[in-house]
Amino acid sequence: MTVDSQRRGLRGTETSSAAPAPQKFVPRKKKFSSRTGWTMLAFMAPAAIFVAIFTYYPMISGSQMAFRHWNLNDLSDTSWVGLDNFKALFENPEFGTIIRNTVVWVVGSLVPQVVIGFALALFLKRKFRFRSGYQALIFFPWAVSGFLIGMLFRWMFNAEFGVVNDFLMKTGLIETPIPWLAEPGFAMTAIIVANIWYGVTFFAIMILAALQSVSDEMYEAAAIDGAGKVRTFFSITLPAIAVTLGLTILLRVIWIFNFPDIIWAMTGGGPADQTHIITTYMIKITQEGDYGQASALGLIVVFTLMLFAVFYLMAMRPRKANR
Amino acid sequence: MIDKQSTFGRVAKIIFLALCLVVTVFPLYWIVVTSLKAPGAIYEMPLKYWPTEISFENYIGLFTKSDFGRYMINSLIVATVASTVATLISLLSAYVLARFQFAGRGAVMAAFLLTQMIPGFIALGPLYMLMTNMNLVDSKTGLILVYIAICIPFCTIMLRGFFENVPDALEEAAMIDGCSRLTALFRVLVPVMMPGIAASFIFNFVNCWNELFLSVTLMNSDENKTIPTALAGFISSFNIDWGSMSAAAVLTVVPTLVIFAFASKFIVQGLTAGAVKG
Repeated sequence: MTVDSQRRGLRGTETSSAAPAPQKFVPRKKKFSSRTGWTMLAFMAPAAIFVAIFTYYPMISGSQMAFRHWNLNDLSDTSWVGLDNFKALFENPEFGTIIRNTVVWVVGSLVPQVVIGFALALFLKRKFRFRSGYQALIFFPWAVSGFLIGMLFRWMFNAEFGVVNDFLMKTGLIETPIPWLAEPGFAMTAIIVANIWYGVTFFAIMILAALQSVSDEMYEAAAIDGAGKVRTFFSITLPAIAVTLGLTILLRVIWIFNFPDIIWAMTGGGPADQTHIITTYMIKITQEGDYGQASALGLIVVFTLMLFAVFYLMAMRPRKANR
Repeated sequence: MIDKQSTFGRVAKIIFLALCLVVTVFPLYWIVVTSLKAPGAIYEMPLKYWPTEISFENYIGLFTKSDFGRYMINSLIVATVASTVATLISLLSAYVLARFQFAGRGAVMAAFLLTQMIPGFIALGPLYMLMTNMNLVDSKTGLILVYIAICIPFCTIMLRGFFENVPDALEEAAMIDGCSRLTALFRVLVPVMMPGIAASFIFNFVNCWNELFLSVTLMNSDENKTIPTALAGFISSFNIDWGSMSAAAVLTVVPTLVIFAFASKFIVQGLTAGAVKG
C-alpha cells in the first residue's frame, strides 16, 4: 500500500461520508492568460497580506530583537549586544530546570496520549450501539480552551477542597491531602494529567480515521492465512497506519511543546518557577518586558523544533520505502 | 472483522470505554455542580458530589457584580467577524492553491505551514509594538485583524483539501456558460463544499472564542475585554472566587459545546484531511 493510496483512502473513511467521492485532483499545468494570472494574484493577496503583516512581520522583527538589548522598561538603550541575550539565558540557574520540565512535559504527556488514544481507537473501530453518541461525548475536551481546562483541573486538584484529594482519601489510597499544586513534583504530575486528559481524544480521532482506511480485504487475507490477533495487529494494522501515526506524533510533539495554556492557568510556572516549560517562561519574560531575551528564547524554540522535525522525518523515511 | 469477540474481550472493552467516558466527562460535570452550589457551600466539607440545593447565585453575581454579559458580547462580536472574514479570505487562497500550478506555490504552502509550527506568542512582544504603532491596542478591530491572520493558514490548508475533492470540471462548465471565476466559485463550488466550509468556520470561531494570550496582551479596558481576558483576571488576584469562576467557565464552554455537538463530524473530517495531508 503506498502512502498516497493510504491518504486517499483515509479521506474516503466513514467520517467523511458527507463529502463527495474521494478523488484527488492534481493541479494540471495549464497555460493561462495574463487575466487568469491577475485573478490568481487578487485571490491570493488578502491572505498573503494578513499573514505577512500580523504573523511574519512581528516574527522577523522579533528575531532581530534577540540580538539587541530591548527592554520595555528601558527603551533608551536598544543597542546591538550580539549573543548576550542567549548567554544570559544559558547562565540562568533556572534554565536547566526549564529544559528538563519541557522534556518531561512533552514525553510525559505524549506517551500516555498515544497509548490510551490508540486503545480507544481500536475499541471504537468496531460498530456498537450508541457509538456515535459515545464519540460525541468523548470529543468534548476539544471544545474547551486550554486555559479553561487548566482552571478546571486547578480546582479539582485544590489541596483543601479539591475533588481529587477527596476521592483519593475516600478510596483509602492516601491518608492525608496531597498539596498538589504547592509542591513541584506533584504540580508537574497534575499539569501532565490535565494535558493527557486533553490530548487523548485527538489521538483517538486521528488513529481511528487511519484505522478505518485500512481495507477489510487485508484483514480477511490475514485471517485466511491463519494470523492471530496479535500477529494481525503488528503485521497489518501497525504498518498500514505507520505514516499517519508518525506524522500525527510529530505534529503533536510540536504542539505540546508550544502549549503553555494549561500550565499557565494551573500553576503559572510556580511554585517558585519550578514548573515552567520553555514557552511559559517565554511568556513570563515577555510580560516582564524583556523582549530581547524573550526573542532569543523564541529563536531557540524554533531552531530546536526545526531540527527535531528534520531528524524525525529522516528517521521515518526508510520505513516508508520498505513498503 | 470476522473473528468473534470473547466474553473477556467484551467485558474489558466495556470497562475501558466506560472508564474513558467517566474520566472525560467528569471535569465538566464537576464544574457544573460547583457552579450550582451556593457560594458558601463550595467550601463545605465533606464534598458533595451532587448538588443537594441548586443555587443560581454564582450566575447572578457574574452579571450583576461583573460585566460578564458585556464580555460575552465582545467575544461573540470578535469571534464572529474574525472567523467569517478569515473563512472568506481562505476560500479564495485555498482555491488558488488547489487549482493552479504556479511558481511559488510550494513556498506559499510552506509559509502557511510554518505558522502552524511557530506559535503566535513567540512574536507577542513585537506584535504589541506593531499594534501600538497602528493605534490598535485595546480595540476590537485590532484583535479581529490579528485573529483573522491567525486563522487564515490552517483554514486555507483545510479548505484546500475540500477543494481537491471537487472536480474542476464543475467550475469550468460554469465558466464556459459565461460565469466569471468569482461567480463560478461562489455560485457553483461553495454550495457543493458547504459542509467543509461550515467546519472551517466553526473551527475558526472556536479558536477565536478560546484564544487567550493575544487577547490578554492586547486588550485591557473593561469595555473591550473578551471572555478569556476576563477569566484570566479572575486568577490574578490571590484568592480565586471559584463560584464565579465555575459559572463563567460553564457559560464559556456551553456555546462551543453546542456548536461542536452539531458539527463534530465535519470538523473531524476537515482536521484529519488537513493534518494528514500536511
